[in-house]
Amino acid sequence: MSAGPADIEAIYRAQSGRVLATLIRLLGNFDLAEEALHDAFIAAAAQWPRDGLPGNPRAWLVSAGRFKAIDLIRRRARFDAALKEIADTLDTEDPEMEEVSIADDHLRLIFSCCHPALPPDAQLALTLRTVCGLTTEEIARAFLAPAPTIAQRIVRAKTRIRDLDLTFRVPEADELPERLDSVLATIYLVFSEGYAASQGEDLTRPDISSEAIRLGRLLAQLLPEAEVFGLLALMLLHEARRPARLSAGELVLLADQDRSLWDHGLIAEAQDLVSRAWVTGTVGTYTLQAAIAAEHCRAATADATDWARIVALYDMLLTAEPTPIVALNRAVAVAMRDGPEAGLMLIAPLLADKALANHHLAHSARADLLRQLGRNAEAEAAYARALELATLAPERRFIERRLQELGVSSSPLPTDGGRLGP
Amino acid sequence: MEYLLIVNLDGAAIDALPEDEKRDLDARSIGHDRELEARGRLVAARALQSPATAVTVRVRDGRISTTDGPFAETREQIGGFLLIEARDLNEAIDIAAQIPVGQFGCIEVRPTYKIPGSE
Repeated sequence: MSAGPADIEAIYRAQSGRVLATLIRLLGNFDLAEEALHDAFIAAAAQWPRDGLPGNPRAWLVSAGRFKAIDLIRRRARFDAALKEIADTLDTEDPEMEEVSIADDHLRLIFSCCHPALPPDAQLALTLRTVCGLTTEEIARAFLAPAPTIAQRIVRAKTRIRDLDLTFRVPEADELPERLDSVLATIYLVFSEGYAASQGEDLTRPDISSEAIRLGRLLAQLLPEAEVFGLLALMLLHEARRPARLSAGELVLLADQDRSLWDHGLIAEAQDLVSRAWVTGTVGTYTLQAAIAAEHCRAATADATDWARIVALYDMLLTAEPTPIVALNRAVAVAMRDGPEAGLMLIAPLLADKALANHHLAHSARADLLRQLGRNAEAEAAYARALELATLAPERRFIERRLQELGVSSSPLPTDGGRLGP
Repeated sequence: MEYLLIVNLDGAAIDALPEDEKRDLDARSIGHDRELEARGRLVAARALQSPATAVTVRVRDGRISTTDGPFAETREQIGGFLLIEARDLNEAIDIAAQIPVGQFGCIEVRPTYKIPGSE
């Protein structure tokens, strides 16, 4: 089989993270491994179209990268005697190519890129470039940032990894929770960037949510921990509902979405992941959020939603993550179970919190409950406040529509009860 | 993607080097170019004569005028350039960081631009 530039690019995207990870172990140096990776791909671009695709492209690339690195070191050793010794050692060593160590290499790379000592935006850029194989320019387009800004983040992150000697160790069991949190947060941030992109006016941004899902699937294979399943499930559930989320550029609330547009294959996969996470007995915030989203997806219609179960899940989530936004979501679920009055009683004290007092979602939720109770003047004031605070165009238009509806009609409209976020 | 690496140098600092260090710097510069060539990255690389040899040309309303010397008078002047092929901006930066004369100045990394219709 011959290989064209598009095939090689696809292999780069799929394999470069793994090849790089193994080269880092073999060479003991991030920068050298990166150079060797690029050299190996340049060799592939010259050789594969002519000789055909090798049986195991990844093994070919690792081996080519290793030889290229030995070449590089030899060439530079003319100016640096210490390097010659490294080259000689490398030349005599037999690289370990077992699947187990390759999986470990990859995991080490992910943990290094998502190290808590790096700022979150640097973790994001470094992960997308080294683990997902995106170019700096592609990452810049995805984040609507100038390429030099992203390049600088990557340079600084790599310098920091070198200076703090963060490279390449899978965390010990006792530090795993904290380190894993950092990895999961980075992946979810990547996902949210891509998910939010579909809310903006600009629809040309590349879909980086699918990169986050790819990372999630990879991590679930490498590290089958409950919260890894939980995060992957959560992302799959959001993704499954994406086709129904916008209609002619307008936001559609969960209750009003056309459920036949949902991707039921993804939902089934996510539900299975939630079950697998649940049986471990150690349920974290991602699993709980996924369980809530799965509960919504399980209902054939909005009316069939099991609000009692959703409130119970929010109770658990609020214990695990006592934040105002979780409390707000719980209040909305309580309103769906017990009626708008009960929801309003819970939202009132939340608006005293500074974080929510200036959050459009809190005022929107309150306005909606007031509207259901026919307290239209208060509802109008709350929607007006929400409109002041909302920034995204589709969200603003949604609130404006609600305000208009209040103006022309005082009859109760269908309730939303939609989850907020991500 | 092709990137132009513009090497800005403080010529006086290099002139002031002892002869053996200059020779070593030259050898490393040649070695670096050859390495890039062997790795399939080098499109073109040239060192330039001193800024004193430059002429700046302007054409306005069909009239040519020339002035001595480079367009801008600064301590660091363009001493050479490399046109390289790199996967992305960060690979270009990594290559720029290894240019031996870089320690006597700075390297500007500029992505090239294909004028629409040029291909």
